[in-house]
Amino acid sequence: MDRRRPLSVTIRYIVLIALGVVFAFPFIWMVGTSLTAPSEILAKDRPVIPAHPQWENYKKAWTAIPVNTDLFGRPAQDFPAFAIFARNTVTVAVLCMIGQTLTAAMVAYAFARLRFPFREPLFLLVLSTMMLPPQVTMIPTFIMWAIPGWIDSLKPLIIPSFFGGGAFFIFLLRQFFLTIPKELEEAATIDGCGPFRIFWNVIVPLSKPALATVALFSFIGSWNDFLGPLIYTQSIEKKTLAVGLNAFKTLLGTQPHLLMAASVAMLVPILVIFFFAQKYFVQSVVTTGVKG
Amino acid sequence: MTAADAARVTFKPKRTDREKREAWAALVFLSPWIIGFIVFIAGPMIASLILSCCRWDMLSPAHWIGLANYREMAHDPMVHKSLANTIVYAAMYIPGSIITSLLLAILLNQKLPGMRIFRTIFYLPTLTQGVATFVLWSVVFEPEIGLFNRVLRPITHLFGYEPPRWLNDPAWAKPALVIMAVWGVGGMMLIFLAGLQNIPEQLYEAAEIDGANRWRRFLNVTLPMLSPVIFFNTNLTTIASFRVFDAAFVLTNGGPSKSTLFFVFYLFNEAFRHFNMGYASALAWLLFAIVLALTVIQVRFGQKWVHYG
Repeated sequence: MDRRRPLSVTIRYIVLIALGVVFAFPFIWMVGTSLTAPSEILAKDRPVIPAHPQWENYKKAWTAIPVNTDLFGRPAQDFPAFAIFARNTVTVAVLCMIGQTLTAAMVAYAFARLRFPFREPLFLLVLSTMMLPPQVTMIPTFIMWAIPGWIDSLKPLIIPSFFGGGAFFIFLLRQFFLTIPKELEEAATIDGCGPFRIFWNVIVPLSKPALATVALFSFIGSWNDFLGPLIYTQSIEKKTLAVGLNAFKTLLGTQPHLLMAASVAMLVPILVIFFFAQKYFVQSVVTTGVKG
Repeated sequence: MTAADAARVTFKPKRTDREKREAWAALVFLSPWIIGFIVFIAGPMIASLILSCCRWDMLSPAHWIGLANYREMAHDPMVHKSLANTIVYAAMYIPGSIITSLLLAILLNQKLPGMRIFRTIFYLPTLTQGVATFVLWSVVFEPEIGLFNRVLRPITHLFGYEPPRWLNDPAWAKPALVIMAVWGVGGMMLIFLAGLQNIPEQLYEAAEIDGANRWRRFLNVTLPMLSPVIFFNTNLTTIASFRVFDAAFVLTNGGPSKSTLFFVFYLFNEAFRHFNMGYASALAWLLFAIVLALTVIQVRFGQKWVHYG
């Protein structure tokens, strides 16, 4: 299929550019709206990108929702609520990323390399948990967190990620570990390394692309998570950006420029992380792909 | 190899020692998942099954009512309504997302400059899908000043119509949510792309020698070779469409006129707004049964058309 047919290549580019514009346009519209002056926002014929971008919209959005406590719960005047949401989101996302990546790698290593009874049926059990709708376990889990009084805290969002990291990440890392040549571990075994040192000193350093991919997915997953914080956080000091933005959607609804500025600000960290990790990400999709 | 085999035979007792040590190490490595499985999956599943046979509002003590919740479901008009909403959504979303992601993957499956940039553009909506992009679409769908109707209005006016009011119109709210969800097919596109790149080049060369044109090569080489991936993605989107919740919660709150009150949304309302924990658990098991049944049907049906090369 690599034979160049000039006409079909041209058509392909035209279709790709058209679709690329369609896919990218909502983002462009979002940025344009976020920079529009309040007086122009309701005009039906306003330009997509305003002639005079209003950068202070971002500052206004940041301070649009004032609260009476600061990051440490001390009384404060007109403290921006988005700072608290951002702090909570980063806390959850970073801790979940560490927990999921580390424990999924441990479990995946056992399935990829160690021999133990019932390995295959146990791995099937891991995969089958992907079929289970989270709604089945959601209610008893909620009741369970209510027992120590941890509703309206970040604990129910963080703690579960330290228990295996989920079937998808285990599967992805196991597929990657299987591609690592066994000779390296055999050499380490001869040098007297046990499974723990092999995991830490051989497998982990060789799996950086796959681990980076899992870390990226995990971070973005908790950054965008909505249902979890919706159920477990109630007070404003505990909300994450996702539920915080939703809660103030109606409040900011009459000011679309501020709403869009807040949304753009929430997307920027994801984009920055993605562009830094893209190299690793593509590399491990290629090696683990569905038909590895 | 022979030396190693000999060693294994000679030191047989030592090998079982090693096996034991390895099994213990495996237990340590697996322990996070084992504990997590018991505490967050198996335990809650059993609890949920028991709860589904109770009436409980979290305040007064629970009452065992047997299968009454399941009987109630059969006559609950909101169960029928929310299931119908979900099925209509799935009927649009499943073909829409499969066709779009396959088309994008085919367009990108060429060693030409710039493909990486396009791949990133098509993947970004998947990566960012969340409250921020839902809020973005609420502005895009806004009937008066929104992007969609600014583009559509000149066209619909030619025919003497006003453009649809999207999220404000019970007839257009579901299509609007489907359009937004199809925008996020980048993940499926990547899976298709990996599948396309696994098709051996020789198959196309052989087909070309046999005089097959582009369309016949697509029908007789690409589609059969890709059928396991199509099957996988279809199953994935079926499950996803029965779990649709976030977007409807943020954008329409189930409305207008309950047209986007999907099954999981109804379940959420019963559990966390009305605190009917027993009834909501029964609804969750119905959801599980539906998803399982659909998967079994797809696997059965799949044996007829999926070609494992």
